[in-house]
Amino acid sequence: MPLVKLEKVFKHFPIGGGNFTALKDINLGFEKGEFSGIIGPSGSGKTTLLNIIGSLDTPSEGSAVVLGEPVEKLTEKQAAKLRSKYMGFIFQTYNLLPVYTVYENVEFPLLILKMSEEEIRKKVLAALEWVHLTDKINSRPSQLSGGECQRVAVARAIVKQPELVLADEPTANLDAENSYHILDTMVNLNKELKTTFIFATHDDKVIRYLKRKVHLVDGKVVKDEVVSSQ
Amino acid sequence: MLLKLAYRNLIGAKLRTVLNVGVLSLTYVLIIWHQGLFSGMYRQATRDVIKDEIAGGQYWHKNYDPYDVLSLDEGHGSVPQELKPLIAKKKALPILIRQANLYSKGRVQSVLIKGIDPGQKILDIPTAKLDSGKDILPVMVGKIMARKNSLKLGDSVTIRWRDAYGTFDAVEGEIVEIMNTNVPTIDNGQIWLPLERLRKMTGLTNQATIIVVGKEVVGEKDLSDWQFRNQDFLLKDVSDVVKSKRTASAIMYLVLLFLIMLAIFDTQVLSIFRRRKEIGTLMALGMTRLKVILLFTIEGTLNGILGIGVAAIYGTPVLIYTANTGIPLPQAMEEYGFALKVRMFPVYSAWLITGTVLIVMLTVTIVSYLPSRRISGLKPTEALKGKIG
Ligand SMILES: Nc1ncnc2c1ncn2[C@@H]1O[C@H](COP(=O)(O)OP(=O)(O)OP(=O)(O)O)[C@@H](O)[C@H]1O
Ligand SMILES: [Mg+2]
Repeated sequence: MPLVKLEKVFKHFPIGGGNFTALKDINLGFEKGEFSGIIGPSGSGKTTLLNIIGSLDTPSEGSAVVLGEPVEKLTEKQAAKLRSKYMGFIFQTYNLLPVYTVYENVEFPLLILKMSEEEIRKKVLAALEWVHLTDKINSRPSQLSGGECQRVAVARAIVKQPELVLADEPTANLDAENSYHILDTMVNLNKELKTTFIFATHDDKVIRYLKRKVHLVDGKVVKDEVVSSQ
Repeated sequence: MLLKLAYRNLIGAKLRTVLNVGVLSLTYVLIIWHQGLFSGMYRQATRDVIKDEIAGGQYWHKNYDPYDVLSLDEGHGSVPQELKPLIAKKKALPILIRQANLYSKGRVQSVLIKGIDPGQKILDIPTAKLDSGKDILPVMVGKIMARKNSLKLGDSVTIRWRDAYGTFDAVEGEIVEIMNTNVPTIDNGQIWLPLERLRKMTGLTNQATIIVVGKEVVGEKDLSDWQFRNQDFLLKDVSDVVKSKRTASAIMYLVLLFLIMLAIFDTQVLSIFRRRKEIGTLMALGMTRLKVILLFTIEGTLNGILGIGVAAIYGTPVLIYTANTGIPLPQAMEEYGFALKVRMFPVYSAWLITGTVLIVMLTVTIVSYLPSRRISGLKPTEALKGKIG
């Protein structure tokens, strides 16, 4: 069974008197361990699609089954639980909690899961190890560079070793060097922990790393290509 | 968990938190201090009034009305048979009250004369000084009376009164005592004479206007021409004055509470507005809306709790110090019309403190919660965009 299964998904947004259809008849499946991306021009519906997969939004029509749960049927509480247990999010604007330290930011998803203090500490340090930020544990986001912020965000997304990481334009605010650093980290995580990554992006640097590219144009999937790996 | 997060956020908000907590702690301390002052004022006033004026209660002649001077003409009668044994044992004290004019230093004013047994032990006033042994009429006045008329010990005064037949009579008297009482109702506009001298002057043999009974006397009932007024009745004036002052000061607390409400409400509205993206992030990370609302409410409420801590740090010494050494009062406070010492000792009861804390905490919790409720209408996708909707 695929990790994510979208069937005949439509998304309409009310605009003025009528509707704007942002997603049209999306049929897609994502398997465990994929390193794939939804790519397309601005306004093509990438974020909208990623939000539905992330149970932050629901399809207007069709069904989206994520980790065995039909997103459109979940209560707010069930969706929150699904996200807290199995998903990690990475945003274009990092979205770190500004008054928290690096450690506290990474710790946050584990606090929601209610773990023992000791276990939390171990996992947070391991996650910071992954992104090479162990020396900035007590810094606050305002004291970090953009690249470092995004590395904290990556650590926060992977600290609970989720099934699925959703990354919306994670490199849009980063220079090439930082982008590659982040991407290398994620590729390693994908290899070692079998974490599934789904990106939404139009950044060539990211696209180069993808093993599967789902092309979206005007809310429609126009091409779904798997890159042969050597 | 939420408490930990809320605490982090609050500490992170630095200046705003300092301001909110500062105002809150000030509110706790001011309300408790001010209310404690009134409690102390009431306690002290009642204690002095009981000691100097009303003891265990008073019998009033049925025609006597302290608010109507004209009632004094008729407001007297023979001491009732039932009370004579008590009076003989010095457990009851007849006082005769008459109207008169007092001439001193070329001025004249209308006063009340109170005749009292110089050997009495029921009221804590120095009536023994009226037992001068001299021929000249001994007169005792209180300190307010003395100050207003610049009377000094040894001054002579002329008292002019109407005798039983309605004709005017006059006598020379000498100030033998200026009593140091805190009770204006036995001081202002009054002079004290030995009871028997006053009875002779007025021809009202064996008569009295009021009869004060000792504190140890219990179970007094109305007699035919005499009504018994218990302590509660006689203290009503004092409690009314304190109550009215209390009400006036309550306006100050309302202003303070309103200030807190504004400060916290404003903080909450602003943070929910500015931290929209953060709210979206919290939801994406798996927090339910309810938890987010709770988090923001706790954050606001924590201000109140930190306020208690800060108030305790600087308020406790202030409160303890004022309770022990008292607060000096300006002389003008004497004009309040009830007993006041020059130093006030505030009384802080456990009720006062817990009540204040509860009221403030309730206020803070409500104004923290109300703005946070808006989060319940927020979609995570909208919140994440950080847009204001
Ligand atoms: N809440 C909304 N209400 C109305 N229209 C919306 C809403 N959200 C998205 N849209 C529209 O849906 C379309 C797809 O938006 P989406 O954000 O998914 O695009 P995107 O592919 O992520 O673009 P970008 O690369 O610029 O991030 C856009 O035309 C957008 O205007
Ligand atoms: Mg987008």
